[in-house]
Amino acid sequence: MSRVKTVVNGRQFEGEIEDNTLLLDFVRDELGLTGTKRSCEVQVCGACTVLVDGRPVSSCCFLAVDVDSSSIETIEGIVDTEFFERASAAFLSHAAVQCGFCTPGFVLTLKWIAESQPGISGESLRGQLRGNLCRCTGYKAILEAAGLTLGVS
Amino acid sequence: MTTGLLVEGLETIGGHAVGASPERVDARVKLSGRAEFVGDMEVAGMVHGKVLRSPYAHAIIRSIDTSVAEEMPGVVGVLTAADLRDIDAFYGHAIRDRPVVADERVRFVGEPVAAVAALTETQAEEALRRISVDYEVLPSVVTIETAIASETTHIHTKPNRNGFAHGLGTLPEREGNVCFRYGFKRGDVDEAFANADIIVEDQYWFPGVYQYSMETHTVIAHHQDEEITMWAACQHPYLVRAEIAEVFGVALDKVRVIVPYLGGGFGSKSYTKMEPITVALSRKAGRPVKLVNRVDESMVTTRRHGMTARMRTAATASGDLLGRDVEIWLDTGAYADNGPRVTATAGDAGPGPYRWPSIRVNAHCVYTNTPPSGSYRAFGATHLQWIGESQIDEVSRRVGSDPLEFRYRHLLQRGEEVRPGGKPLDADLIGDVRRAAAAVGWGRERIRGRGLGVSVGLLAAGAHPVSMATVRMEADGTVAVMVASTEMGQGTRTVMSQIAAEVLAIPMDRVRVDATDTRFTPYDRSTGASRSTTVAGKAVQRAATSVVESLKETAAIAFGVDPEDVTATDGAVHYDDRSLTYPEIVKHRFGLVGGEITGHGEVKPEGGSGSYAEGPVFWEVCVAAAEVAVDRATGKVDVLQTASVADVGRAINPALVERQDEGGTLQGLGNALFEEMRFSGDGSILNDTLLDYRVPTTEDVPVKMLTIVVENGDGPGPFGAKGCGEGALAAIPAAVVNALADAGVPMRELPLTPERVWRRIQEIESNGGFAPAPSPEAEL
Repeated sequence: MSRVKTVVNGRQFEGEIEDNTLLLDFVRDELGLTGTKRSCEVQVCGACTVLVDGRPVSSCCFLAVDVDSSSIETIEGIVDTEFFERASAAFLSHAAVQCGFCTPGFVLTLKWIAESQPGISGESLRGQLRGNLCRCTGYKAILEAAGLTLGVS
Repeated sequence: MTTGLLVEGLETIGGHAVGASPERVDARVKLSGRAEFVGDMEVAGMVHGKVLRSPYAHAIIRSIDTSVAEEMPGVVGVLTAADLRDIDAFYGHAIRDRPVVADERVRFVGEPVAAVAALTETQAEEALRRISVDYEVLPSVVTIETAIASETTHIHTKPNRNGFAHGLGTLPEREGNVCFRYGFKRGDVDEAFANADIIVEDQYWFPGVYQYSMETHTVIAHHQDEEITMWAACQHPYLVRAEIAEVFGVALDKVRVIVPYLGGGFGSKSYTKMEPITVALSRKAGRPVKLVNRVDESMVTTRRHGMTARMRTAATASGDLLGRDVEIWLDTGAYADNGPRVTATAGDAGPGPYRWPSIRVNAHCVYTNTPPSGSYRAFGATHLQWIGESQIDEVSRRVGSDPLEFRYRHLLQRGEEVRPGGKPLDADLIGDVRRAAAAVGWGRERIRGRGLGVSVGLLAAGAHPVSMATVRMEADGTVAVMVASTEMGQGTRTVMSQIAAEVLAIPMDRVRVDATDTRFTPYDRSTGASRSTTVAGKAVQRAATSVVESLKETAAIAFGVDPEDVTATDGAVHYDDRSLTYPEIVKHRFGLVGGEITGHGEVKPEGGSGSYAEGPVFWEVCVAAAEVAVDRATGKVDVLQTASVADVGRAINPALVERQDEGGTLQGLGNALFEEMRFSGDGSILNDTLLDYRVPTTEDVPVKMLTIVVENGDGPGPFGAKGCGEGALAAIPAAVVNALADAGVPMRELPLTPERVWRRIQEIESNGGFAPAPSPEAEL
């Protein structure tokens, strides 16, 4: 057990966490934030993406105790932001949501790209989204929606 | 209420919802992470299950000792086959060959031999490690070839027991490890080959493939007081209900299946998968149990069949097709699962959609000591189309004909027989392939190192045409559509809303479609075989039509006129200059605060039993074109562009149709280029994580990926619609294989990994160059 102090979606969390608890399990089971999904469990698919200090991490391969003194954002924490409105509008207009299992992960990765690389090129955007898998859409609509969100053609 | 499947052309009543691409009804809840999947759900008293799996491909279980595990912290129940002696604990909708947990014998690496329910998943996992199993290892057969050849290692020894839902007539007796055979013939094939000027003949190989729905198999089950409730990530809730009722010996009404959103399906969640063991574990533990597979566990739960096939095609020097002869062996793993139907569909795809004077197809479903194979999007067609189409190209090359012109000459036309006794062709294949070819620049000047390919095929679609729906209009005019089509990403709730809104002539936001609960939602056979829009959608259309009729009837009484003289548009019924809104009509019918108007619709087979032999409901068109470039030094194949045809009769929602084809295209590229489950000699999977089983990413999207939506109004579904979503997956690998052959590298094995392609290039070069190509520039 370790004592962890963190900010989750803008709210303070302070408490004891088992040293081997994964951030994914902490977020889903302890905090009940189930928009973060479990899939590959080997840091490939991106369904478990959360932002730690603004940067995307695969919470399936990240220890919860390592978020001590950091801030975490999950999909639930960004739904009231202007970015989310923009991304949602783009995903809706391009019909880029299908089963929805991967969608929150894509939106969070995209938020990091929007904030860290505002002038990103289309080709680079495509490369940086390769860490988020989608088995439904064929990606075309997601890439278009991502481009629209970021103002990239 | 009407019955039977009828083509009704393109008339609509005027809701303007059909043919548009409104916002998906579930998109916002999914974007915000609030959409609930089974893994997100909790049930009061719920505990967590984990499964102990066999380390051996084939072994006798001498004994299992669970005594230590039972005493571990948090453990509330440990299940073995010994707990199920009071029921007939075998399942399998096609062949009832599969024990809920292994009994006496294990037949593949990963087969469940015991399960633990505990307060936490970790406790359950720790208890699993304390179960000791004494195995006596048996010789195993882990490939099709060894399974067929072995005289002594037979994976199943008791007689075949028919499953409850195979739909394939009387199943033949098992022969050695061959559990099912399917075939047909027409004309004299041997004579055709004796008289042929051109014979193309080869042996082909296709690997096992993992569907990878991102949400793995997940079930919560509660068995209590002879009642069973499941929250299951399943595509076919009603078939799961029936099978669970049969296995656990309870009446249908005692089993309830609730299906929230699915995180993808692609066939992997069709029929019954992890439900029986979860129910059995709950029965043992006396608590609701949640079971969530890891990816490696879902990989051994179901996969696409690996295949070996031999095909030969006979033609005359002037390009007349004389005959085709196909032998197919599909690796169904240790249990049949949907193997018999996959075998039948593969057999049907063997001839390809051509006019054959003679044809002979023999398909075999083979048990091996590997994990069971079942449904994966476009099964059968994906297996065979690339082979058949590569032979069509090869014949046209030898004849000296353009492959596209050659197809125009030989493709079946609307109304012609596709297979003996089945539904004749109901689509315009020539028009479809013409569009696909034009989209990739067919006929343009050749470019060195590149190739163009087209492919055409058909997929028996629709499954058993039985679906019901209920439409309820509330007193305020809002509408609930109750239909058990599973929302697994394809957009069925949106499409069903559109159909109801169209018929009722109301805005879509007045319509809702909720999750399936078999206790309340009317029967639907299954969600698969591209059937939902066509079959369940038809039931929704009929149910909504019945509501409209009731509204008109009540309004006509209020107007004092004949119901035939009133019209329903814009949420109201009209006669001359008088109108009554739907809420006013409900109030008029019931008085005071009103009631609700309910309509029911059903679809059932029109004559006959709806069996596979009489089908299909419609032929799904599998047409695509592709351009590839191949790097001769490395064998790397780049797919430069693709075009697929979604021949849907009528696109209820064009954006969703495009998404289906784009998703199918990417899966098709994965199947064609790199997806392959690799097994070791002892039957274990060598690449059972997403690290080494690679699926397509954003970087695998071709620069140009086009979907051509064709609307000929010729489907049996609502407004002339027919299903889509699978055709591209069958057609794309075939188009890519043909494009690669056009670039000089004909392939006989998938996937087209650089190593495999490079080796083939070396083989061709050492034999003195490439196969004949239409022009010298085609050579690398």
